[in-house]
Amino acid sequence: MGVEGIGASVARKEDKRFLTGKGRYTDDMSVPGMKYAFFVRSPHAHAKIKSIDMAAAKDMPGVIGILEGKQLQADAIGNIICGWMIHSKDGSPMKMGAWRPLANDTVRYVGDAVAIVVADSLGEARDAAEAVVVDYDVLPAVTQAVKALEAGQPQLHPEAANNLIFDWQLGDAAAADKAIAEAAHVTEMKIHNNRLAPNPMEPRATLGIYDSAEDHYTCYTTSQNPHVARLVMSAFYNVAPENKLRVIAPDVGGGFGSKIYIYPEEIVCLWASKKTGVPVKWTCDRTEAFLTDAHGRDHFSTVKMAFDKDNRITGLKVDTIANLGAYMSLFSSAVPTYLYATLLSGQYAIPAIHANVRTVYTNTVPVDAYRGAGRPEATYLLERTMETAARELGVSPAELRRKNFVRTFPYQTPVIMNYDAGDYEASLEAAMAAADWNGFAARKAEAAGRGMKRGIGMSCYIEACGIAPSAAVGSLGAGVGLWESAEVRVNAVGTIEVMTGSHSHGQGHETTFAQLIADRFGIPIDNVNIVHGDTDKVQMGMGTYGSRSGAVGMSAVVKALDKVEAKAKKIAAHLMEADESDIVIENGELKVAGTDKTLPWFQVALAAYTAHNLPPGMEPGLKEGAFYDPSNFTFPAGCYICEVEVDPETGTTEIVQFVAADDFGNIINPMIVEGQVHGGIAQGIGQALLENVHYDPQNGQLITASYMDYAMPRADDLPSFKLSHQNTPCPSNPLGIKGCGEAGAIGSPPALMNAITDAIGNNNLTMPATPQKVWSALNAVN
Amino acid sequence: MYATNYHRASSVQDAVRMRSAADESKYLAGGMTLIATMKQRLAAPSDLVDLRHIPSLRGISVDGTSVRIGAATTHYDVASSTELKAACPAICDLAHGIGDPHVRHMGTIGGSVANNDPAADYPAALLALDAVIVTNTREIKAGDFFTGLFETALQDAEMIVAVTFDAPAKAAYAKFRNPASRYAMTGVFVARRDNGDVRVSVTGAGADGVFRHPGMEAALSANWSPDSLAGVSVDPSDLMSDIHASAEYRANLVKVMAKRAVAAA
Ligand SMILES: Cc1cc2nc3c(=O)[nH]c(=O)nc-3n(C[C@H](O)[C@H](O)[C@H](O)COP(=O)(O)OP(=O)(O)OC[C@H]3O[C@@H](n4cnc5c(N)ncnc54)[C@H](O)[C@@H]3O)c2cc1C
Repeated sequence: MGVEGIGASVARKEDKRFLTGKGRYTDDMSVPGMKYAFFVRSPHAHAKIKSIDMAAAKDMPGVIGILEGKQLQADAIGNIICGWMIHSKDGSPMKMGAWRPLANDTVRYVGDAVAIVVADSLGEARDAAEAVVVDYDVLPAVTQAVKALEAGQPQLHPEAANNLIFDWQLGDAAAADKAIAEAAHVTEMKIHNNRLAPNPMEPRATLGIYDSAEDHYTCYTTSQNPHVARLVMSAFYNVAPENKLRVIAPDVGGGFGSKIYIYPEEIVCLWASKKTGVPVKWTCDRTEAFLTDAHGRDHFSTVKMAFDKDNRITGLKVDTIANLGAYMSLFSSAVPTYLYATLLSGQYAIPAIHANVRTVYTNTVPVDAYRGAGRPEATYLLERTMETAARELGVSPAELRRKNFVRTFPYQTPVIMNYDAGDYEASLEAAMAAADWNGFAARKAEAAGRGMKRGIGMSCYIEACGIAPSAAVGSLGAGVGLWESAEVRVNAVGTIEVMTGSHSHGQGHETTFAQLIADRFGIPIDNVNIVHGDTDKVQMGMGTYGSRSGAVGMSAVVKALDKVEAKAKKIAAHLMEADESDIVIENGELKVAGTDKTLPWFQVALAAYTAHNLPPGMEPGLKEGAFYDPSNFTFPAGCYICEVEVDPETGTTEIVQFVAADDFGNIINPMIVEGQVHGGIAQGIGQALLENVHYDPQNGQLITASYMDYAMPRADDLPSFKLSHQNTPCPSNPLGIKGCGEAGAIGSPPALMNAITDAIGNNNLTMPATPQKVWSALNAVN
Repeated sequence: MYATNYHRASSVQDAVRMRSAADESKYLAGGMTLIATMKQRLAAPSDLVDLRHIPSLRGISVDGTSVRIGAATTHYDVASSTELKAACPAICDLAHGIGDPHVRHMGTIGGSVANNDPAADYPAALLALDAVIVTNTREIKAGDFFTGLFETALQDAEMIVAVTFDAPAKAAYAKFRNPASRYAMTGVFVARRDNGDVRVSVTGAGADGVFRHPGMEAALSANWSPDSLAGVSVDPSDLMSDIHASAEYRANLVKVMAKRAVAAA
């Protein structure tokens, strides 16, 4: 593998600038004449805008311009769209209500943008924004999805009767019903997957620059996918044609999904830059982020799992209601459907599965993909149900899972997915050994002696990454293809630039992508630059989410490297008068196998650019591009075990042990993978123990709008994690990679909730398991 | 934040004069509460009078059991004072549990007491220690000082100069942290004098802010042991309910924290 090649724990190249405060984020960008934006936002969850009076505000010091939704509409800036079409089971298309970047007649959640103020300073913009008088006619609001479907509730969009966006299904209802009817045992549960705020460390920001000389726009933005942003802003929002719009996502401090989407602020700042004649910068503050970043999860489900007399699962029936908030965000429709219901087979051979999913408008900020996106919801539902079933059937949770594991591959599930490789038993065994599962009874007894209630729980997750085969997602309604592009540019002196359509916002691409080149050509990673995040530098790409950068983005790099290698070998063979097939690349040299003839890498590169002596007919230069379209999803899987102690007097849960045994396929950089798993588990523990978005159900105000009320996990909430890998290479991509970015957040919540419910002897507990809820649940059974 | 005028005072008289000169002025101590509130535009003082450079406001003196803590003394200084630790370790522990290191190095006892946040820690200590809040014009017993949620007996422009108390024989503070803010969701300070007098005060839980619990005080006066609290009931109807904790749950925490404080004292 070499010290910097595939499989080496190379220290992250980018960390030097991040750790010394020299990262360059959107808010660090500054251009001559730049001014500051502040948004006037709705203080109401639901209201008609009767009038907007800007007269006083316009005269305030430093104000350059104040713009409202009617002007935006007059300039034909389009509605924000959802890019994935879902059809209801009656065949009708999903009911997409209009989302105006600036609301012009109705506001539908607290924080909905109404106007933009541009001023010399942020303080002046904010002062003027306070002086904009919006006269609202306040309407009743509804924040909970289940309630929003009931008769007589406030209606958000005229298109969507009863706030229902779609009523969709997957699988075979009759088969699932039959399995349940004929079952020896049916486990039934109600499952709530709590709503989360994404909280990347860097809040969203954007800088819109209109250049009147060129009639050209530049958008700096906190995006996970700048090319998709450009595509959507051109094709749907009518901001500018693609050749007149450059989108740059420089260093981005975390996304977790929330920076996939194109938000109103990016569109409005670009447009406002043209209207006001100055570059316009907007940076979100933390409370604004709680109010306006797309949230995650928020599912209510019922589940029935059928077993035969041998405890084999014979059928599964799931009914889910998903809250999509006030408007349909970019991928919102895909998350509770194709990223969720397709994973409901879990690691198990289940002959009949049926899922029904209804998505609902409410007076809350839009909900979209958040680390895991659909797979955490599926995993939580299944693994809580499996644990419950084991308790009801009186068998060990490990045995019940073992009995039902998929063991032969490829395995076609009844819900679209075709699992290509895996060894679920291996991860289960590794996790149980690492957790000393068999010693638990003794530990529990010891804890009881101290007055503590100890519990243990597991979860066996599977998820789908490497998103996604373009034709497949196209047939399922996606508005885009989900391939990736790469270009490898070898400079005349042999250093290399790699352009990738993936985007790094914390994942470490500058290191891991460079490791591929070091591995291939034996040159140091310091001689390799990874270029991403700029539509002027990288031609096209689909960005980073769904743990796709390794499986899809790197595969594109591999394809481009294959072409570069082939051409370099041709040149070397020509120069050394050898046969092309005898050329090998080792330690930065091209050699003729079995001889002492060698050429350093840089000389081959130089020869390509001097073009003095190239094979007849060969074009000068050494630069190749490739597009890679995956042929299947990838299927990371694993087993997590969590052990807790609950203090019965206060209901406080302490995590005393956390074990993760994962199959990520081949691994490029083990240290970075560990970091991804640690972060993922921290987020999963956050969801299960601490985090919860709370809207006041009466008036739709966001109560958890700061860290005073929204409980983020802190280091001392978390134990040390015991990690291991049981890797089965992915057969469908050249590197055998499955992806590791979301697994931690997917596998951990059910393991933790299974452990707590085991400790307290009450299965009736919802996330987050706050001390108060655990204490109440404990009292309910005592 | 709205624009404001900054003044640096060098003496107590200086500060009071500056503060009285402008209607909408405020004292600034650590700024951990005030600056954050101003940034959220929930407070808009025209003038700020900075108290951190008045030497007489800073520092801790201990004379036998008699303790004086200057109003501008930071939480860190209280937490780490060896003299104070010898006289009344409970208040050092309490200060050590406030916020995070940044907050402890900036925030002050005077600021905390003047602010009287219903979830703040110091009010519980001062009430249980029967402390005196010394201002530029008078001395106010803690029992008279904390008058409600974010309300105190301070008059306009009145300034806290110091806090004094007589260290008890035994004391301890047990805090149950709010999982989000890590302020007290319930904090109980217990103090026992040599003459057997016991005070139990509770922060973070009361619907009207910090309060004493006579039932627990009586039980502990009769028998200073955690077990003696078993039969005492805490009435939830006087307690706060919010998204983090119901009044019933807080009532339980009051008892559990009191027990733990007695055990630790
Ligand atoms: C992240 C964070 C976590 C925190 N956690 C806790 C916690 O766990 N427990 C806890 O108790 N507190 C906590 N706090 C609050 C902290 O203790 C503050 O320091 C304290 O509440 C205010 O003190 P200050 O010196 O910063 O006062 P400032 O913010 O400067 O002032 C607060 C108020 O007091 C007035 N004031 C200040 N000094 C005087 C004086 N000498 N006389 C009269 N009026 C005065 C000011 O005018 C202002 O109205 C936390 C704060 C933060 C930011």
